[in-house]
Amino acid sequence: MLFDLPILSTLILLPILGGVLVLFAGEKLCRPLSLGVAILTFILSIPLYTQFDVTTAAMQFGELYEWIPSFNIFYQLGVDGISMPLIILTTFTTVLVILSAWEVIKKKPQQYMAAFLIMEGIMVGVFCALDAILFYLFWEAMLIPMFLIIGIWGGPRRVYATIKFFLYTFLGSVLMLVALIYMSIQAEGSFSLLGFHTLPLSLNEQIFIFLAFLLAFAVKVPMWPVHTWLPDAHVEAPTGGSVILAAIMLKIGGYGFLRFSLPITPDASNELDWLIILMSLVAIVYIGFVALVQNDMKKLIAYSSIAHMGFATLGFFLVFRIIDNTGSWQEAALGMEGGMVQMISHGFISAAMFLCVGVIYDRMHTRNISDYGGVANTMPIFAAFMVFFSMANAGLPGTSGFVGEFMVILNSFKANFWIAFLAATTLILGAAYTLWMVKRVLFGAVANDQVSQLMDLNAREFVILGILAIAVLFFGLYPAPLTEVMHASVEHLLQHVSLQKY
Amino acid sequence: MINEPLIIETPDLALIMPELFLLAMTCLVLIVDLFTTEKSRVVTYLLAQVSLLGAAVITYQQLGPDTLYGFTDSFVRDTMADVLKMFIYVVTAIVFMYSRPYLIARQSFKGEYYTLGLFGVLGMMIMVSANSFLMVYLGLELLSLSLYSMIALNRDSAISTEVAMKYFVLGAIASGMLLYGMSMIYGITGSLNLTEIGAYLAANGVDNVILSFGLVFVVVGLAFKFGAVPFHMWVPDIYEGAQTPVALYIGAAPKIAAFAMTLRLLSEAMQPLQIDWQQMLIMLSVLSLAVGNIIAIAQANIKRMLAYSTISHVGFLLLGFIAAGPDGYSASMFYVIVYALMSTGAFGMIILLSRAGFEADTLEDFKGLNERSKWFAFMMLLIMFSMAGVPPTVGFFAKLWVLEAVVNVELTWLAIVAVIFSVIGAFYYIRIVKLMYFDKPVDETAIQADFDVRVVVSINGLMMLLMGLFPGALMSLCASLIN
Repeated sequence: MLFDLPILSTLILLPILGGVLVLFAGEKLCRPLSLGVAILTFILSIPLYTQFDVTTAAMQFGELYEWIPSFNIFYQLGVDGISMPLIILTTFTTVLVILSAWEVIKKKPQQYMAAFLIMEGIMVGVFCALDAILFYLFWEAMLIPMFLIIGIWGGPRRVYATIKFFLYTFLGSVLMLVALIYMSIQAEGSFSLLGFHTLPLSLNEQIFIFLAFLLAFAVKVPMWPVHTWLPDAHVEAPTGGSVILAAIMLKIGGYGFLRFSLPITPDASNELDWLIILMSLVAIVYIGFVALVQNDMKKLIAYSSIAHMGFATLGFFLVFRIIDNTGSWQEAALGMEGGMVQMISHGFISAAMFLCVGVIYDRMHTRNISDYGGVANTMPIFAAFMVFFSMANAGLPGTSGFVGEFMVILNSFKANFWIAFLAATTLILGAAYTLWMVKRVLFGAVANDQVSQLMDLNAREFVILGILAIAVLFFGLYPAPLTEVMHASVEHLLQHVSLQKY
Repeated sequence: MINEPLIIETPDLALIMPELFLLAMTCLVLIVDLFTTEKSRVVTYLLAQVSLLGAAVITYQQLGPDTLYGFTDSFVRDTMADVLKMFIYVVTAIVFMYSRPYLIARQSFKGEYYTLGLFGVLGMMIMVSANSFLMVYLGLELLSLSLYSMIALNRDSAISTEVAMKYFVLGAIASGMLLYGMSMIYGITGSLNLTEIGAYLAANGVDNVILSFGLVFVVVGLAFKFGAVPFHMWVPDIYEGAQTPVALYIGAAPKIAAFAMTLRLLSEAMQPLQIDWQQMLIMLSVLSLAVGNIIAIAQANIKRMLAYSTISHVGFLLLGFIAAGPDGYSASMFYVIVYALMSTGAFGMIILLSRAGFEADTLEDFKGLNERSKWFAFMMLLIMFSMAGVPPTVGFFAKLWVLEAVVNVELTWLAIVAVIFSVIGAFYYIRIVKLMYFDKPVDETAIQADFDVRVVVSINGLMMLLMGLFPGALMSLCASLIN
């Protein structure tokens, strides 16, 4: 009975309606209610995995209704191996975010919880929309709750950060809208994404469309040089906001490259892949150095996110060089899957890192590394978790952080030695900035009185970090469940991009 | 010829039943108002609403697919006219509803506001149904004269009087321009009838200097009435100087009438001159988008800000005309209807927050609204995001359609210019959201608005969201009206 539900619509509507309900719930009731909604959504999203057919690249769990007939816009949903893991990541992370806010958020908890639940529904919508306008609707609607989350519950410079965040992403996406409209006219009024994939476009058209997409997705990922909103937004956002930003919203940019840029404009991607590779390498190397000198922990993790996402985009756009060098698209699958794994794994690790910072921020109300020192003496359990997640962030084998990076680096040797070389510097830089932070925050003598009075993790925090630690370890040791669901879709995509479109 | 019997055609009065009814009712309201006192003036208000309702019922009854002409073809009744009239009634009824408590609180609850308002509606109806230059002009003047006096109603306020004077002088110049242009075109074509002019131009070519001059003057007149840059100077002053209900009245329904007038003049009569007016409208549109959006950022008075926002919306609206085809006109129509609803909503919020002796017309007054009333802060949020064109509000679909229309005629660059300015525009809309949600309230008083205003503002705000989720019906309606 339960599984007769249109599962994707349920995953979109349940959290949104639950969020509206939470708005009207009392201060006491809002926490358990929103946790209930989030857990229910997560449970309902599990069949997406268990009933997923790994042998096909076609869209599954499809839904199609007429929405705006005069404009040929349909309410069309569906998932494949690329979007399905991201949806489960979303429903999973939201549960943790709701939990993490339990006692911490005292100001208007209903609105806070509601904002995250509504956000969840919208993000699921982004990942499964198969109509360009529906996608755009979700994509833009995402800005509204995030704008409020950062602005209401954020730090001292929250207003600056949130307006910067909003305008940056809005600017990025409006040009994409024009590109979508342009393509729908070429496609005789259809806004179907799958239709766009097979739409023949001349190289010139493709290049303009590619650039419009690039702006939208590069801002979201974010890629150097349009990354500057991210550190501000992360620093000012409340912990939950940072987690959602890092774990999911950034992935939406990467997802955009896979769903839009590569399949719709393969020839332009081929033509301009040097640009993305260059931007990714700058993100990996330069941003890695920038992360090294940060004194604010959240800023440091924000920069490390940019560097890690550089890996994902690098993995996606190495394809063309590898096809040129080896003559076979099968060879490129490793890099693209590596990028995907990197996105999922970064979702866990960055969420965990931000939650760790949240834990000590709630106690000390400072994020400056220099205000800490010797935290391991007073919070040993916390220190164990933080060291573990930092190792994962640095790409320690056995954690999920290693898998994606390794796959991308390995594959990039097939493209070009120097690309691989530069990408591999992250193994050093990543270790440098994360471990140095760990050293300064956790180890050494107790720095001041405040640190000496710190209380270790409570049960709630332990559960949150414990779940994430299990996930990081599991996918580090056994990534097959992840790679096997995406395999068919990735191969299909590679085969598609290896063909000329005009 | 001389011996031919003189035939006096009896005009088909059935054709103008809604107009006749409204005229009669307005006169009735005028007389009834004489016998009301300050306390019983609510009768005038109710009677005005009944007039609108009655006109709506009559219009609804005669709704039909066929196009009928009357009064020697200078009056036309088609589905588009009827539907636009319906929207004019609805928007005006909302405006009347918002204005009642505001006017009562300021001891300016006079019957004239409503009678002049109804005369204005009559003018708009004539504009919507006009099929000759003369009729266009009559409707326009009836509307404009009502507006001038509505502004001047607040006669003890120096600023209102000044603004009324300003509007009158500038409006008269614009009307003069329009009339001058019309006379030139009449000189060339020998007809005042829009259909005949279109036919004449199509048959005889458009290579004529005087014709071009005539077109320029007509477009200038239209641009002035819309408030398109560079003929926008009056808009911010009027919005700021007029009492809020009057500004609300000016900002909403007359735009729908101006749309219909422009549609009939440009797409029917001047269709053969399309290439020429397209160029002019492109300039007007780009300038309006730029000036409206950029200058709005600098405004501290929300009414002035909304004035500049109107200018930028006019820029978007004109995009549909630039596309010059059924698709574009439908897009413009959708835009103007959505705009009218957004604008009433925004002004409704100002009225909602105002009370006796206090005008909530600066941005400061919106500070911390979320602390004072979560619900109305959310309504304003929806209206602001709708104006900024952020989905899932209806403002997004309005923008989407006009953009689609211009991209469709291969003016993609224009769409890019428009979206970039809309990003600039987004700043001042989200600034209001910022004030409401992120700042501490300056003024802690509870909201004192009447029950009906609360309900209507809530419906108005929720409509932004509901129409955004289900825009299909209105979009199909607009598309079907322009066949």
